Amino acid sequence: MKYLCSVFFDEKNLEALSQQEYERLNEESLAYDDVLRKAGHFVAAQALQPVQAATTLRLRAGKVSITDGPFAETTEQIGGFLLIEARDLNEAIQLASRMPVLRLGGVEVRPIKEIPRGAVQNS
Amino acid sequence: MSDDALQHIRDTVESVYHTDSRRVLATLIRLLGDFDLAEEALHDAFTAAVERWPRDGLPTNPRAWLVSTGRFKAIDNLRRRARFDAALVELIHQAESAISSQDEQELEDDRLRLIFTCCHPALASDAQLALTLREVCGLTTEEIARAFLATAPTIAKRIVRAKAKIRDARIPYEVPSLSDLPQRLDAVLQVIYLVFTEGYSASSGPALTRPDVSGEAIRLGRLLLGLLPEPEVMGLLALMLLHESRRAARSTPEGELVLLSDQNRSLWNRDQIAEGVALVRPALSSHPPGLYALQAAIAAVHAEAPDAAATDWIQIVGLYDALTQVAPSPVVELNRGVAVAMRDGPSAGLAVIDGILQRGDLADYHLAHSARADLCRRLGKFAEARASYERALSLARQEPARRFLEQRIRELGA
Repeated sequence: MKYLCSVFFDEKNLEALSQQEYERLNEESLAYDDVLRKAGHFVAAQALQPVQAATTLRLRAGKVSITDGPFAETTEQIGGFLLIEARDLNEAIQLASRMPVLRLGGVEVRPIKEIPRGAVQNS
Repeated sequence: MSDDALQHIRDTVESVYHTDSRRVLATLIRLLGDFDLAEEALHDAFTAAVERWPRDGLPTNPRAWLVSTGRFKAIDNLRRRARFDAALVELIHQAESAISSQDEQELEDDRLRLIFTCCHPALASDAQLALTLREVCGLTTEEIARAFLATAPTIAKRIVRAKAKIRDARIPYEVPSLSDLPQRLDAVLQVIYLVFTEGYSASSGPALTRPDVSGEAIRLGRLLLGLLPEPEVMGLLALMLLHESRRAARSTPEGELVLLSDQNRSLWNRDQIAEGVALVRPALSSHPPGLYALQAAIAAVHAEAPDAAATDWIQIVGLYDALTQVAPSPVVELNRGVAVAMRDGPSAGLAVIDGILQRGDLADYHLAHSARADLCRRLGKFAEARASYERALSLARQEPARRFLEQRIRELGA
């Protein structure tokens, strides 16, 4: 079973880190990716650039409208993600609880919904 | 290595996981002193097995290999994490100093330790259930959620909190001392029986997609009996088997309820009955016989009767008398009243049930009113029967039970 661990934090928390703290967070995060990779849990992980780099698309009256900035204006924004393979929700929670980036904010653990390909083609 | 040989080793890893992963986990928890750490170590050990067994061949003792590999992986992980978290040093000492015994008895005791810890009285009952099913039976959080018609995050939270409680309250990982054993065993038996009844009475709902919850309870009962052959463990296993033997006859294909007296007894599972009945005699050997042994004995008398009329009601009333001594409760009295009606006729049974209801006990229990209604019906007191069926209907919550009562009211006519 795959689980998406979405990382949310206030970007101010990231900006407030000293250069040394920032480098250490990165080092720990990459090291943790390796731990997960070695144990067969790792599927994918990325950090995201600041939310000011985001572009949001919506369909309005059949036309794509584009705005700059995030999908929703909230203090805590998505800052990265980790996609893992775990036996069940408790294992996923356990793995997510050791993500170093947790100290910046929060992580939402959510099971992936597999869409069966055959069903899509037949519908 | 040939493809066939590789496939054989992969199949072996798979089958070792099914038969031994819970044993390995139980031992790792003792060696590492922490549930989460042990589960991670278990995962790492099996990952290593998939990698190394095809290359190095099967170890002579796969279980011992998994325990020692898991332990070393855990120590490695802890050392690496201790660079960032000094609090882990104590755990490293524990993991390094624990004695990794190969003694079979010690390893079997680990499984008992796991069961007693998951059913520790300091944990809430719903947490005991979830933890036991996940750690001892190896069900996933999602499977437990389906079995208990709860959401996975609810169950997950329960499990996380239970583990935190075990850690923070320093609940020891041990088989209770002889003096504490009866009381602690009661808690374990209760958890197993709750798992069983959850699967047994939940005949409605999306039954097809749920795991076989009752089967899991029976498996747990067998495991416990193998580790701890106490009379009450035998009694519980016998009781579950004898109830389970009637499953196919308990409802119609349309999901309607069928009472014991109306069941087609050729549908009863004879193998389960034979196994259950054989356990009843040794289960009754303690003095006085326990709660589960007596209930199992009652179920065994029913199981051996060719039909309701030919049931040994004298023996059943006697067993209920004994049960009233060991575990007095209004529900036991009610069941005794029904048996008295079968032994001495409906009016004798009605007197017992009216006595219970007049005390105010079971006034809100639908089965008390439907039992009363049934006896009134048999005595030709149709107006009283109707009133009691209607009272029962107003209290019943399960759909099949409600449909059954509505049918009875219709049969009484206007």
